[in-house]
Amino acid sequence: MKVKDDQPLRIGFYVCHCGHNIAGVVDCAAVAQYAATLEGVVLSRDYKYMCSSPGQELIREDIRDHNLNRVVVASCSPLLHEHTFRTAVAAGGLNPFLFQMVNIREHDAWVHTDKAAATDKAKALAAAAIRRVARHRPLETTRAPIHPDVLVVGGGISGIHAALTLANAGKKVYLVERDPSIGGHMAQFDKTFPTLDCAACILTPKMSAVRAHKNIVLWTYSEVAKVEGYVGNYTVTVRRKARYVQEELCVGCQECVEACVFKEPKFPDRFNVGLSRRKPIYMPFPQAVPQAVVIDPERCIELKTGKCKKTCLEACADRHAIDFQQKEELVQIHVGSMIVATGYELFDPRRLPHYGYGRYPDVLTTLECERLISSSGPTGGELRLHSGQAPTAVGFVLCAGSRDYKTNRWCSRTCCMHSMKLAQIIRERTGAEVTLFYIDIRAPGKGGEEFYDRALAQGVKFVRGRVAEVSDCPLSPAEQGKLIVRVEDTLAGMVRRIPLDMVVLAVGMEPQANAQEVRRIMNMSCSAEGWFLEKHPKMAPVSTFTDGVFIAGCCQGPKDIPDSIAQAGAAAAEALALIDAGGIDQEPNTAYISEEDCSGCKSCVDLCPYKAIAFDPVKEKASINAALCKGCGVCVAACPSGSIGQNLFEDQEVFEEIEGVLAHA
Amino acid sequence: MAKPKIGFYWCASCGGCEEAVVDLAEDILAVTAAVDIVFWPVAMDYKKADVTSLPDQALTATFINGAIRTSEQEEMARLLRAKSRYLIAFGACAQLGGIPALANEFSREAILSWVYQDAPTVVNPERVRPAVRTDDDGRTLTLPEFRNVVRTLNQVVEVDYYLPGCPPTPKLIKAAVGALLEGKLPPRGTVLAPDVALCEECPRKKTKPQDLHFTAFKRPHLVPLDPELCLLAQGLVCMGPATRGGCGALCPGANMPCTGCFGPTSRVRDQGAKMLSSLTSAMEAKEVPEVEKVLAGIPDPVGTFYRYGLAGSLLRVNTTAAAAASKEAL
Repeated sequence: MKVKDDQPLRIGFYVCHCGHNIAGVVDCAAVAQYAATLEGVVLSRDYKYMCSSPGQELIREDIRDHNLNRVVVASCSPLLHEHTFRTAVAAGGLNPFLFQMVNIREHDAWVHTDKAAATDKAKALAAAAIRRVARHRPLETTRAPIHPDVLVVGGGISGIHAALTLANAGKKVYLVERDPSIGGHMAQFDKTFPTLDCAACILTPKMSAVRAHKNIVLWTYSEVAKVEGYVGNYTVTVRRKARYVQEELCVGCQECVEACVFKEPKFPDRFNVGLSRRKPIYMPFPQAVPQAVVIDPERCIELKTGKCKKTCLEACADRHAIDFQQKEELVQIHVGSMIVATGYELFDPRRLPHYGYGRYPDVLTTLECERLISSSGPTGGELRLHSGQAPTAVGFVLCAGSRDYKTNRWCSRTCCMHSMKLAQIIRERTGAEVTLFYIDIRAPGKGGEEFYDRALAQGVKFVRGRVAEVSDCPLSPAEQGKLIVRVEDTLAGMVRRIPLDMVVLAVGMEPQANAQEVRRIMNMSCSAEGWFLEKHPKMAPVSTFTDGVFIAGCCQGPKDIPDSIAQAGAAAAEALALIDAGGIDQEPNTAYISEEDCSGCKSCVDLCPYKAIAFDPVKEKASINAALCKGCGVCVAACPSGSIGQNLFEDQEVFEEIEGVLAHA
Repeated sequence: MAKPKIGFYWCASCGGCEEAVVDLAEDILAVTAAVDIVFWPVAMDYKKADVTSLPDQALTATFINGAIRTSEQEEMARLLRAKSRYLIAFGACAQLGGIPALANEFSREAILSWVYQDAPTVVNPERVRPAVRTDDDGRTLTLPEFRNVVRTLNQVVEVDYYLPGCPPTPKLIKAAVGALLEGKLPPRGTVLAPDVALCEECPRKKTKPQDLHFTAFKRPHLVPLDPELCLLAQGLVCMGPATRGGCGALCPGANMPCTGCFGPTSRVRDQGAKMLSSLTSAMEAKEVPEVEKVLAGIPDPVGTFYRYGLAGSLLRVNTTAAAAASKEAL
């Protein structure tokens, strides 16, 4: 057999033992012997660790000494070491794409126990790759420039930290936040575990820094509407919702709020989780950034009917910041990379009717409890029952909706610590009895176990058992007027009824309701639960399958503040690495259309998930932008006249592979 | 100098390809002036001996239409191959198997029992079946063997060129004969038609939307058809995008979807699979029940996607094994 440039085929074949990983099941020497008999193979070896430096050196030397013009390595998954071997092949002076990898670990040794059959399968796979590699052509990676600006989506602590890191490194950052203020969930917290330092004290300086940073363009009350383009060159359309207040003119004096025709605040305040009221014109919360009020168009009489006295306008007469004519705007920006830090939602405990949330006013969520003990909260930090009295006995129901096949199967990681934090604060401030109902206490990480000890030392009671029910039906005088928690105490081995004044449900984290929409816009993948999927759980935890799109914080899965910040820093570092590389190498496994073959049937155009295919209405032909193409192959399968080919997946290569594997069988 | 000798022969076919030659109308006079037709059993009284008596490669070119089903067809194909410099598969049946190859959906036994026994119009109380050899009162009658499967011409003998179509259009025939006479032939194995799909020359091309997603498939006799709008956009399975052009989009021009008779482009191994792959890629439904509902609009998928291509398709790759088996049966 001859290769395309008429050189006789000289294939080097290597089979890796991977220690015992492969050699424990596959007879590697037998595979090497078999491969040596195949057409075009001039050299066949087995070696203990092909990915090691000596293994790679072997390939380099053999290419030189034996004048190899094709290389096949049978080892692990290409995801792991394709790049390693391609680099070794290139170091040997051969085009790195005249190489093919055979996965005899994940696809063979790890999934079989019958050694003879597994060895046979390795031979078949080797035969397929050897036939395939003969068809390989030299390919070149291309380099695309990278736009240095970065978009950060989400202004919680993760987004804030990522934006500041990038901005401090001198990159221009667009920070887009859906709500009228940045801050996210962290802004709602009183203190943070396990150090019990004040959340506001550590967050608000960062929020102000974002506002003041010359490299950050902060767009609150805005959402990403559309993303086009590819790594290094994204065009993003941002929807800037109408605030009806000109942000740059408003100084946050809130005289307009005072002056509003609504004398009393009437509407649930989102920041305080509905525990307090606000007016149609309001400041999201005292430390909000930007310090600009916002008008709720659903509540404002002027915006709804146009028949208001507009006392707010008069109050702002000197600044003219209020603008009822303001319209939603679509703004286009160009960035090279994006960090998605869209956070989470809390589990809605109404889905657990047996816990009485929404029915009993003194059944709260952890976040509501958090707002009640916060000095910026609706009660100024006094923990109060619905009746206005201070509670004497408070219970925490852990895993409310978590670790449960009926609701969310996952552990939200923070609820144990969060509940223990609230329990300690309540103990300290009110002296109330606090009981935690738990399945397992999960207090991992730095200072976690010590924090648990501290709660115990403070006299917080722990009852092990998943709470069955919270009710207000007394069975004894002691239970009169109380909330009764019914639980099987699995340590005491009995069912108990514990009367309490207040029950706090430790609700877990869920993906945002619009996670799927965001996923589609940003072209990411989601796990089955709906968390954004990282490229590799260990090796690429903040990367996604779309190059140039990174994730940070709880949108990727439940985590606490330190982990969120660590991820945000990691995502910022990944973005920086991308930007400072100056350009990006692109896999040449792209699809291409030969213009003279295309009939212009348009079958492919709309199928491309990366919008890489354009149809020229004058020539009436489709064409693929190689920079946008990710090599998914959808268009190749869909082209009815076979006019779309794909590098590294040419029909001939695939057919040779099939025939190779069948020929051995 | 003697005129080039030309032959025509038919195998498993309807005769339409022979009509196509006559469809050259007065142009056939120019052809006959330039060549000697030495074998054309459909048109005139030729015998097999007229060919066997010729030396090998005596014929410049032979045009064979029809697929190969019987032993006689196979024998004639081999004979004409030996006697011809160029063997040309003429029409869809010789090139791809054509309509006769749809019989490959059924076993030989199923075909014979239906045709000679079970079909409601058959009266055959003695259950007589055609036999290769029948001895009757001292006389022996022979019939060709009915093979297990229908094959394309190139599954039996080497073919030099292909003239596609059901039948090939006069324009393509003239061009092919012209190229033959002038010695301006492309590389062996070429299909003598453009290698671009039919859409390129379809008058409805511009009306095909870019974002076509199929929600239902309809058959042409069940819906009033817009004479200008792309037929795929009307929910019809038009094979045009998966079919070689060259016919001038005759069927779409007559308000009927393309059925694929020109076969695939040179870049496609299996026309039916490619069209299925393409259509289903653009199907709106993603869940199995809805997908099945949409696919119910194509009650005969083999007849739709493999109307001409079944014999040569990947669905029947073991035809050689089947043919060997049928030889043993002899």
